[in-house]
Amino acid sequence: MNEIFEWIHLHQQIIYIVILSIFLGAEVIGRVPSVLHTPLMSGANAIHGVVIIGAIIVMGQAESDNILALVLGFLAVVLGTLNVVGGFVVTDRMLEMFKKKK
Amino acid sequence: MLSNPANARKGNLIAAAGMAIAIFATIFLYENEGKNLGNYGWIFGGLIVGTVIGTLIAKRVKMTAMPEMVSLFNGMGGACAALIAIVEFNHLQASTLIHDEPIPSGTMLSIILGLIIGSVSFAGSIIAWGKLNGKLKDVVFKGQHLVNIAFLLMILSVTAYFLYFNGSESPAIFYVIFGLSCAYGILFVLPIGGADMPVVISLLNSFTGVAAATGGFLYDNQVMLTGGILVGAAGTLLTILMCTAMNRSLQNVLIGSFGSSAASTATGSTASGGQHKEISVADAAMLMNYANKVIIVPGYGLAVAQAQHTCHELEKLLESKGVEVKYAIHPVAGRMPGHMNVLLAEADVSYEKLLEMEIANDEFKSTDVVLVLGANDVVNPAAKSDPASPIYGMPILEVEDAKNIIVNKRSMKPGYAGIENQLFYQPKTSMLFGDAKKAIQELINEIKNS
Repeated sequence: MNEIFEWIHLHQQIIYIVILSIFLGAEVIGRVPSVLHTPLMSGANAIHGVVIIGAIIVMGQAESDNILALVLGFLAVVLGTLNVVGGFVVTDRMLEMFKKKK
Repeated sequence: MLSNPANARKGNLIAAAGMAIAIFATIFLYENEGKNLGNYGWIFGGLIVGTVIGTLIAKRVKMTAMPEMVSLFNGMGGACAALIAIVEFNHLQASTLIHDEPIPSGTMLSIILGLIIGSVSFAGSIIAWGKLNGKLKDVVFKGQHLVNIAFLLMILSVTAYFLYFNGSESPAIFYVIFGLSCAYGILFVLPIGGADMPVVISLLNSFTGVAAATGGFLYDNQVMLTGGILVGAAGTLLTILMCTAMNRSLQNVLIGSFGSSAASTATGSTASGGQHKEISVADAAMLMNYANKVIIVPGYGLAVAQAQHTCHELEKLLESKGVEVKYAIHPVAGRMPGHMNVLLAEADVSYEKLLEMEIANDEFKSTDVVLVLGANDVVNPAAKSDPASPIYGMPILEVEDAKNIIVNKRSMKPGYAGIENQLFYQPKTSMLFGDAKKAIQELINEIKNS
């Protein structure tokens, strides 16, 4: 248990960031009209694709003779990229339709 | 930036650019104990493969298929988070064997959380995708909640055990947790009905956000952390907003009992409706042709029948005959909140013609004909008049204020709230049965000929 408290202490800054992000996220949603909720959902979907960064780090740290880690990491990078790229492209397509009208 | 349609696209592009910078910065600048990242070939290979596939899928998908698309991409993100956890666990485990020092519990906690949330999100999203595609049917069995809760408790207790005994010595448990989480993800989404799926997708979306954030903890990476938590918070709030718009409680979703419980409480409270009146296509066409003002209320049925283009044709035809045509959009119309706006925008319906709920409700009083296309619960007057109704309190489109109401539905079957709609039995209402696309096409032909 003590270890966990120590860990919290060490990561104080990160915990502040978490709290700030929560407020920011709530604020962002509160301002979006319901017309845009579908693109918003898909945009948020693209943003959590940042998980790709973790995949890249994992991949880059894997020893080059560890096939299992390489294959799983590769898969993670592919899936993460799918999430990011697909998410942004789809969101863009949706928003493009709104723009044409204005 | 997402606060109005015109700027939103720019906002999206900025976000995408930010993401690209973050990715390349990580690849080239990341250092751990003085070592740069290796395996560039694998990394770039993965990036390229992912980009090509992702772009192709995203460019090809139909606008009506948007919900399943979002759900599929979401599942990819979840799977990515889970895979990271697995690889990282193996990596740490190998290094503990060499250095003989235990994995810090904080790190372990991040890994385990990433694993659980990631795999629940992955399995759930894939099921949601399959169901929205129509490939999977709802599966409901007795005691489903209990099974689900049991699974949840099992995951929690195994995790607690694993953490408490610092289970790096027993990797099997790690995979047990992985398996349990996947199973829970599947079970949790399986019983949920098609029209309630958006809420679940939004929820899973925020799950994946949290899973990404645990990755941020793991690597002390602010970008992942901020992005993940942002999505987690925003997604949760969006989920709650959707729930209130549909008058459902989030609790119901979490236990995985959506729809079924509402249906059982509903049956008792609705009185038998009486007679409904059918209208022929010819009569409906005549009615609309001689109206001054027609308001179209599109709903889920229109989205499913992909009738948005035909609908726009009908609108143009009526306009050319001097009829004023507008659309009334309920906030949760379509397959996701705001989905209807995207669909109609795709069919080139002008933005000014789309009325939001409050404005539409004022306009109904001066409207001759309301054409309800595949919408049901959003026009159910029980939400205003019947406190016993499960949808009581939900804001609705007050179409009953109009002089005539034509309702196009495939049958008299109740909508997803599982309740009868008194509107259909009112004397001013007439029913036009049939698939939305076919019915509108017939209306168009009829009006052209008259």
